[in-house]
Amino acid sequence: MLDLPILSFLIWLPIVGGMGVLIVGDRSGAKQFALGIALLTFLLSLPLYTGFDLTTPDMQFVEFIPWVEAFKINYHLGVDGISMPLILLNTFMTVIVVIAGWEVITYRVSQYMAAFLIMAGIVNGVFAALDAMLFYILFEAMLIPLFLIIGIWGGANRVYATIKFFLYTFFGSVFLLISLIYLYQLGGSFAVADLHKLPIELTPQILIFLSFLLAFGVKVPMWPVHTWLPDAHVEAPTGGSVILAAITLKVGGYAFLRFAMPIVPDAAAQLDWLVIFMSLTAVVYIGFVALVQQDMKKLVAYSSIAHMGFVTLGFFVIYALAAKTAANPLAMSSSVLAIQGGMVQMVSHGFISGAMFLCIGVLYDRMHTRDINAYGGVANQMPVFAALYVLFAMANTGLPGTSGFVGEFMVILASFGANPLIAFAAATTLIVGAAYTLWLVKRVLFGDVKNAEVAALKDIGRREFWMLAVLAVAVLLLGLWPKPLTDVMDVSIRHLLDQALNSKLCSGLAGGCP
Amino acid sequence: MNFTIAMPEIFLLSTICLILLIDVMLREDCRMISYLLTQVALLATALLAYGAMDGDKTTGLNGMYVRDDLAGVLKISILLLTFGVFVYARKYLKDQNIWQSEFFLLGLFAVLGMLVMVSANHLLVVYLGLELLALSMYALVAFNRDDGRSSEAAMKYFVLGAVASGLLLYGISILYGLSGKLELPEVLAFVSAQNVLENIPLLFALVFIVAGIAFKFGAVPFHMWVPDVYQGAPTAVTMFLGSVPKLAALAMLLRVLAESMGTAQPGWGQLLLVFGLLSVLLGNFSAIAQFNLKRMLAYSTIAHMGFILLGALTGTTQGYSAALFYTITYAMMAAGGFAVLILLGRAGFEAETLDDLKGLNERNPWYAFMMMVFLFSMAGIPPTVGFYAKLSIIQAVMQAGYLWPAVFMVVMSVIGAYYYLRAIKMMYFDKPEENAPIKADLDFTVLISVNGVLMVLLGIFPSALMSICSAAMVASHL
Repeated sequence: MLDLPILSFLIWLPIVGGMGVLIVGDRSGAKQFALGIALLTFLLSLPLYTGFDLTTPDMQFVEFIPWVEAFKINYHLGVDGISMPLILLNTFMTVIVVIAGWEVITYRVSQYMAAFLIMAGIVNGVFAALDAMLFYILFEAMLIPLFLIIGIWGGANRVYATIKFFLYTFFGSVFLLISLIYLYQLGGSFAVADLHKLPIELTPQILIFLSFLLAFGVKVPMWPVHTWLPDAHVEAPTGGSVILAAITLKVGGYAFLRFAMPIVPDAAAQLDWLVIFMSLTAVVYIGFVALVQQDMKKLVAYSSIAHMGFVTLGFFVIYALAAKTAANPLAMSSSVLAIQGGMVQMVSHGFISGAMFLCIGVLYDRMHTRDINAYGGVANQMPVFAALYVLFAMANTGLPGTSGFVGEFMVILASFGANPLIAFAAATTLIVGAAYTLWLVKRVLFGDVKNAEVAALKDIGRREFWMLAVLAVAVLLLGLWPKPLTDVMDVSIRHLLDQALNSKLCSGLAGGCP
Repeated sequence: MNFTIAMPEIFLLSTICLILLIDVMLREDCRMISYLLTQVALLATALLAYGAMDGDKTTGLNGMYVRDDLAGVLKISILLLTFGVFVYARKYLKDQNIWQSEFFLLGLFAVLGMLVMVSANHLLVVYLGLELLALSMYALVAFNRDDGRSSEAAMKYFVLGAVASGLLLYGISILYGLSGKLELPEVLAFVSAQNVLENIPLLFALVFIVAGIAFKFGAVPFHMWVPDVYQGAPTAVTMFLGSVPKLAALAMLLRVLAESMGTAQPGWGQLLLVFGLLSVLLGNFSAIAQFNLKRMLAYSTIAHMGFILLGALTGTTQGYSAALFYTITYAMMAAGGFAVLILLGRAGFEAETLDDLKGLNERNPWYAFMMMVFLFSMAGIPPTVGFYAKLSIIQAVMQAGYLWPAVFMVVMSVIGAYYYLRAIKMMYFDKPEENAPIKADLDFTVLISVNGVLMVLLGIFPSALMSICSAAMVASHL
């Protein structure tokens, strides 16, 4: 079993399958074929979990083929405890998205399904890439399917939103390219493992870190480069919003762990205040912005930004903790907690935001409006749907027992050790987040039936029920029993901390710089 | 005298004469025969050029001519690209009712000029090849003689082209006055002995020569002719002009600047740096304002030529081979892009504006996909080959120590992405304004599919072409 190139399958099966769907075209059977591919990909990704060795921080399921020899670029794949859960999340959400588009999409169905499958393959590649240039290529290639998804199947203002999305992220990532080439010239290799070991002086480290921050910060997205996200979310079709929120945002967070922190640890330690400040701004300020939204999707989009703020806060608070190591022997375990919290938050947010967008999609399919004021008393007509919606809303506010609680709690707990003020600012989300989510629920679901359209609503069908129920189970399971997830990550995170907290300045090394 | 060194050129010239004779005797409805003969001649010449590649560098014809791997690679690329361009052009010429053999014959003469430039080992031979190319191109641009725009474009091209040739020749004559030499190796020997940055007359010659070369590339500030000529010329000619001669221009740059004045790189490198950066800047920004697709592609060409100049200015083997890789792949995508324009035209209708692309995905998803590949490739988005072209240039530029120009280049490519995305938006996000069926012969369809798929395949497996390019540079001691 271990000898099968599982990761390659996970990349190429959806891509080739997506092309197959394109060839089948809009005949009957295209949807079934796409679902089959998505399910098969998900099943193929399960051995990553079952066959995972919990005791080693090394990369597993490694594949290595020399690719572009002129630049020493290799087709080098592998996963550790950080990337593996994200691959599972991706393959899982792709199945959900295919089901979500089943009856809703009537225009160019095969192209729609194919775009999501190809996207899934590329994202798997992004998470599995151990070669920086391979990562970059897939990181960029990811833009193409999403650009088309938003542009073809999106809402009224889709063209503006999708071009903004593309240019924003492309602008961020070209600086990543420059940095990677610079690192290649310094160390003569694009292998991520080599880059982790490469000693670099402080000034280049800071420039490289800033370019990473730009590239990944746009993707996450962090305040103040988040403005593309609400537009993209509002205009994207439901499936596009789900993938955007559940998967592509995670690429940014993952890249911070894989690239920014281990490659330029000294710069990260120097500039941790900047990232922490940006994260807290996202948590607090964007939370208030979410409060005043009239558009349901925009509200969830802003809440995504706030939740992703927790992720980056968890990652970078370790530097504030490390500064206190001498005074506080608990700092190391707090650091593990912080990063684990960020990771759990990423996975959990993948489920919750995906589910929230699906719920909005369910309403939108019936009413064709996302305006909160057009709704009221939906629970009277759609009791089953309302129950599920409330569950996801609770998870979004971080109610204990749901997955939303675990990650946020861990991050707040860890940041308390660094600075109680940080923890305090982060914890305001429990109030603001509850405010905007519960107010949304109140206005949409509860109260009297507002108008004739709401009165005519029919409750969710079997397809919609199962799609949401599976996510509800995932949210509860992760909330009640996060251990399987944290166990997988533990060793890898300790290894990462080792790299991210040790100086790579030449002066600190025995041999000096090459 | 050993004539075998110029075998492909001599063969091509004889075939051209033969086709001229045959064509005179053909009836008008048998033009197809001239076309087929043209294509066979191109392929046979490519075979001869391939056979002549032996990894060695040999000079002949009294040191005026050179045969090396660089020449071989360039010649084969020129001939094969021309073959493809002529396949595309056939549909256009028939649609627009200008189906005349002169197009192919003038094209062959232009190709002959390019081959001579590629193999020149003597400054006057470079000039001869250049003039043969340029004169054929002037006539081609004016090919649709009843169209006012076509004639205007040809006039403009001719006047400015003549000035540029004059500049180049003037530069060469100053160089000759200084050194008394015209053979490239002897010029190199002379230049190497000079302190370039102190030698004002030599710098003077250099400026004129670089200006002449930059004109042929269409780089800023010698770019004024490009948009007008691209727009005015018949689309088939624009396609030819916008793809194949770029290879010849690169050959001229490599022969004249790199090979015969490589040691003067500190002198001409500065000029190319400024020209290249300005081209990338102006090309990308001006392209945003264009609604005529031919004009937009013209400005995008200017930006791409900026990239090539920036690759070449490094003066390193890596930079030269990156420039070669970029030029070959750019010529392929440009030909493909114009081919889609031709495809959208039909009898009495020419597709020219962005609006003509509207709803292409609904009219024909495959052609829309091909166009999308060409556009993404021009924008440099992976997994298309345009990404590797840009990567290798930027890599070479950074290797040579130009960090900030590299940053400038990537930022400009984000600006450039905007107008390519706008064209893709027209194809995919807008409804078609007309539903005339898109018809093309089998050869056209197959070729454009191969062309598009090649952009992706080369983007996934760029190694082979890259190593061909760098091996050619190494074999030619560049």
